[in-house]
Amino acid sequence: MASVTLDKINKVFGSTHIIKDVDLAIGAGEFVVFVGPSGCGKSTLLRLIAGLESISDGELSIGSQVVNELPPRERGVGMVFQSYALYPHMTVYENMAFGLKLAKTAKETVHERVMATARILQLEELLERKPKALSGGQRQRVAMGRAMAREPRILLFDEPLSNLDASLRVQMRNEIARLHKRLGSTMIYVTHDQVEAMTLADKIVVLNGGRVEQVGSPQELYQRPATRFVAGFIGSPTMNFLPARLGGTSPTGCRIGVSGLTELALPQDASSYAQDAALLLGIRPEHLRLSEARDCEGFEIVNVEYLGNEVYVYLEPKEGDTLLIQRGEAPSQWAVGQRVTLAPDPEQVHLFDPDGRALPIKAARAVA
Amino acid sequence: MTSRQLFQLFGRIGFWLLVALIVVIAVFPFYYAVKTSFTPSSELFRVELWPTRATFANYVQIFSQRSFLQAIFNSIVVATSVVFIALLLGITAAYALGRVRFRGRTTVLLIILGVSMFPQVAVLSGLFEVIRSLNLYNNPGGLILSYTIFTLPFTVWVLTTFMRQLPMELEEAAIMDGATPWVTITKVFLPLMWPAMATTGLLAFIAAWNEFLFALTFTLTDSQRTVPVAIALLSGGSAYELPWGPIMAASVVVTVPLVVLVIIFQRRIVSGLTAGAVKG
Repeated sequence: MASVTLDKINKVFGSTHIIKDVDLAIGAGEFVVFVGPSGCGKSTLLRLIAGLESISDGELSIGSQVVNELPPRERGVGMVFQSYALYPHMTVYENMAFGLKLAKTAKETVHERVMATARILQLEELLERKPKALSGGQRQRVAMGRAMAREPRILLFDEPLSNLDASLRVQMRNEIARLHKRLGSTMIYVTHDQVEAMTLADKIVVLNGGRVEQVGSPQELYQRPATRFVAGFIGSPTMNFLPARLGGTSPTGCRIGVSGLTELALPQDASSYAQDAALLLGIRPEHLRLSEARDCEGFEIVNVEYLGNEVYVYLEPKEGDTLLIQRGEAPSQWAVGQRVTLAPDPEQVHLFDPDGRALPIKAARAVA
Repeated sequence: MTSRQLFQLFGRIGFWLLVALIVVIAVFPFYYAVKTSFTPSSELFRVELWPTRATFANYVQIFSQRSFLQAIFNSIVVATSVVFIALLLGITAAYALGRVRFRGRTTVLLIILGVSMFPQVAVLSGLFEVIRSLNLYNNPGGLILSYTIFTLPFTVWVLTTFMRQLPMELEEAAIMDGATPWVTITKVFLPLMWPAMATTGLLAFIAAWNEFLFALTFTLTDSQRTVPVAIALLSGGSAYELPWGPIMAASVVVTVPLVVLVIIFQRRIVSGLTAGAVKG
């Protein structure tokens, strides 16, 4: 178990700047998830920590030791690969023992550690099998066992579940979460799936274009996204965005005009923006309330999706082409073709400036 | 029988006749060699398709010659050494060319391929000078060196293609487990590369076993010769007689090991040869 500190880490491949000035502190025993769209640099960042790629600039420390120049085997890290990358010609036992043997561990210790790891991962029955005789989930467990057997200070996971089918993925996700509780070791996990990130992480790091967008607990990211990107990336179905105009500021917040809605009084501090400034209003599908419109005002319902426990209602504004999604409980009273007005919950509305940064909540309101 | 069925029947007969023809043309020379090796020398020049009186006299004769046994021994030493050296250098080179990124990698690969395009005769005189200056003239070492030069391009090329297809993550997993490049090659890649190794090794063995020109040029005495040269230089009772019987017997004897090797490794050869062709 060890902490990891990234200080202004940069990675440059030829002329492409993949990782840009990443600062990050990962506490000992934390489960941290790197999440972001493909090409955001999350896997590269993991590989930099593993030592599979060299760091172009910046300082990486594990515990109190700077490890920039250390080869992977001296960093005390174990890694689980996306394709598992088990040694096909070795049995499960040999796969797990390989690293220990290379480290010249005494034979009895090797046996002890492998058996202990196998017990934790319920692999005892499979020790004499070759990888090709294992199912996807079993291979996944062996890959984790191989990474764990050397008792690394940090466990790294590179999209470990993306090769599994949906139901197995949920099961393995659960197992990994329980494993973390049980071992208490520091884990860094890369995924493009925000559901995996939300369910597993103590701390999520959202990456975009090689930069850290936001670091925080799943709740923080969901409830107070710091940027438009995070707001749109976390949550499914995705957050609705509407162009908005700053109507004025008040001691308790600001007033916002949105086409098709009545003026909203919001708790955000907009004092640094000019009157009429163009802003972006964000609202999650579950925080929209619909009510029937009298005439041809408001929004038209263009589709209703019934999911059993809930219903997604797709709304088309009078002007503009972005569909809005409302999420409500089933059964739904709404039908395609109806016209509705929206009432967002002011406490749940997000405001973003043209650069995509979220406007802060006024201090007095935030405390209350 | 309808005309259509008749047509199909003739089609089939035609097909099998064609197959039979090809087999006869391909196999007949070998059959005739085997048949000749069992024919007594008095009947050698009577053309017969089936031996009327089989004899082992030719075999007895060649095995009673010490120089022939010595030549077989030399061939075994030379061919196995070539295989081992070519595979060792080939697999390490394949790791570098297939896995390590460096400037001019493609150039190196093309040069390696280019080397194998020269006809043997073109390099014969130059190679002769090299071998003499290395003091390897009339020595199996000279043959091992020259055969290795001609075998390596193919070996390196095939093994490189094969190595490139092994997943990158496998090597990275080995690195995370603390393996050095040498350990990665020997403990992780080597066991996975047996089909390719068997193919290239066997082809190298056959090339070295059957080679004639270098063997003739770079050796002088009976005690250093390899089998193809020894067979060609078998002498009969007089200067005017070519001992066809013993020559054929000797040829059959040296072909048998190759046939046995091919049968043992045939499955792996096929998988090795196609492995480079299609992505798994």
